[in-house]
Amino acid sequence: MDPEKAKAYWNKNITVISVFLGIWALVSYVFGILLVEPLSSFNIGSLPVGFWFAQQGSIYVFVVLIFVYAKVMDGVDKEFDVQE
Amino acid sequence: MNFSETEIWTFVLVIISFGIYIYIGYMNRVRDTRGFYVAGQGVPAIANGAATAADWMSAASFISMAGLISTMGYDGAVYLMGWTGGYVLLAMLLAPYLRKFGKYTVPDFIGDRYYSKTARTVAAIAAIFVSFTYVAGQMRGVGIVFSRFVGIPIEWGVIIGMAIVAFFSVIGGMKGITWTQVAQYGVLILAYLIPSIAIAMILTGIPIPQMAFTFSDITQRLGTLQMDLGFKEYVQPFQGRSQLDILFITIALMVGTAGLPHVIVRFYTVPTVRSARYSAGWALLFIALLYTTAPAIAVFARYNLLTTLSGAEIQPDGSFTINPVPADELRAEHPWITKWETPGLLRLGEDLNGDGGVTVAPGNAFADKAKGDQVVPGEKGNEKGNEVYIDADIIVLSTPEVANLPPMIIGLVAAGGLAAALSTASGLLLVISSSISHDIYYRLINPKADEKRRLLVGRVMILIAVIIAGIFGIFPPAFVGEVVAFAFGLAAASFFPAIILGIFDKRSNNYGAIAGILIGLIFTITYIVLERFGGVDFKTMLGPVYVSSLGIGTVGSILNFAVMFIVSRSTAAPPQEIQDLVESVRIPRGAGEASAAH
Repeated sequence: MDPEKAKAYWNKNITVISVFLGIWALVSYVFGILLVEPLSSFNIGSLPVGFWFAQQGSIYVFVVLIFVYAKVMDGVDKEFDVQE
Repeated sequence: MNFSETEIWTFVLVIISFGIYIYIGYMNRVRDTRGFYVAGQGVPAIANGAATAADWMSAASFISMAGLISTMGYDGAVYLMGWTGGYVLLAMLLAPYLRKFGKYTVPDFIGDRYYSKTARTVAAIAAIFVSFTYVAGQMRGVGIVFSRFVGIPIEWGVIIGMAIVAFFSVIGGMKGITWTQVAQYGVLILAYLIPSIAIAMILTGIPIPQMAFTFSDITQRLGTLQMDLGFKEYVQPFQGRSQLDILFITIALMVGTAGLPHVIVRFYTVPTVRSARYSAGWALLFIALLYTTAPAIAVFARYNLLTTLSGAEIQPDGSFTINPVPADELRAEHPWITKWETPGLLRLGEDLNGDGGVTVAPGNAFADKAKGDQVVPGEKGNEKGNEVYIDADIIVLSTPEVANLPPMIIGLVAAGGLAAALSTASGLLLVISSSISHDIYYRLINPKADEKRRLLVGRVMILIAVIIAGIFGIFPPAFVGEVVAFAFGLAAASFFPAIILGIFDKRSNNYGAIAGILIGLIFTITYIVLERFGGVDFKTMLGPVYVSSLGIGTVGSILNFAVMFIVSRSTAAPPQEIQDLVESVRIPRGAGEASAAH
């Protein structure tokens, strides 16, 4: 495979991963742990927002993130013609 | 001997489920090493997701986790986020590239990528140690489930579990294990969800536990009741641990999950890079079904237990009146109390404060929860006069009876607990067997061994591993209780950085990897051993920057990354063929052919 194209594919993959792992860290570490106290003045249903992210929300986001990543990479693989 | 209806259902369902596992194992018997180690790399993404979920969720996830969360409140989030977040790392940073690499084990990747026998050996030994620590607890779990539901001694339960696992893993290898795990996932998730839905319906009128947890007022009611009884507010964060410790534990569990060999190796079994990505999604979806239900069950069951035992009744304005009920009256009204008092999972003490009934409050009521029957006021912070002992495991185990479900469902919960323990045990045993027979025997000792001989060594090793694990299960060594700290800390501090840099940093070389892994491992092991066994009080020593041994893997992991980066850059770059290997694992195309070729 052409080294330039391989490099471009890899850079694209890293950009996609950075965005998704940014969201991953935001919902778990930031909303669920670091900002849990300030966020507790707001509610989701009857649970404080920070508590909800720590025990429910972050897990839902994780599941969605993986499927969306897989879907996005299907497109990227096709674009660079590296799919199987 | 007389058997109750519950015991008969338990026997029937356990025997049927074991029969299914043996049948599946027999139908999927293998005749080559590729089938034995990686199930012939033909497992569909969704089936691998279910197998991974069963592999991942252990007896502890099934029986103990909801109970732990119910006593920890917010702080229980370390397990919920920590044991799910790692799958995002797996899906994006590890699984696709390791699948492209396409060989059989984690030490295979480390050994090839770092062109080093030392690295391969260190990785194989670390994989064996981590897996043995973990599997001993699983075999013990099988024995405990048997003893609690069927009433046979723990030792015999362990032996029955060993026989079943030995059968389908020796003849079926990874292929047999995979399809058995798919069935085991079905059993364990049904056994978890049916009682959860029933108790959600009874307590809140909403049948979906996650919705009942979020939208009914049950968590607020539990919070009010806890404060009335002298406990802390349920949703209040950082009661037992500091914010820093919670953060570090969560990171260590996530990174450790992504570095555990028995989880990683599951992604070698799918046909393509694309299916490795989707498979991680399916795995987490299946895991999330249980992991988002667990905190809901924790609240429902704790609310139910506390109101029942303390005699609390909710008033129309949302406050509670507490009229302590005498222990004998409670026992007469709720038969499950006596049932769980027998194995010592629940204990009502005598009325020491003389208020005429059982008092529920924070602190330990008994000097020795297993034997003593004397209430000890003032013992370990029991100033408020607590008179009950509630074991964490009872939260899940007692739910079907508390929710008045038929005896068949109680039998199903027993089968579910066994499925969770057996599926995790078999995955770990395969890692132990492949580390010895493939990484150490074939790759290091006898590279000329033919296919037939390697397969035989693999089968013999898995049999030996089952026997050793069973012996550990019958005579548990002290370190088994520290499974979580050791397994996750070591995986986070050793495998994770070596694999990530091996894929994402072409410049990483053998010296960097060996130095990084050794320093990460030595630091993490030393800290855990000193704190848990050496009596060193890091908490007082470190003050506000204290991190517990559960979270120390995060520091070990950072150390490993830093050392590996610096040492790699101050020594020679890896040879061209290794740089080409890194280039090739980054490109999805060719995963099918690459694995067909060897």
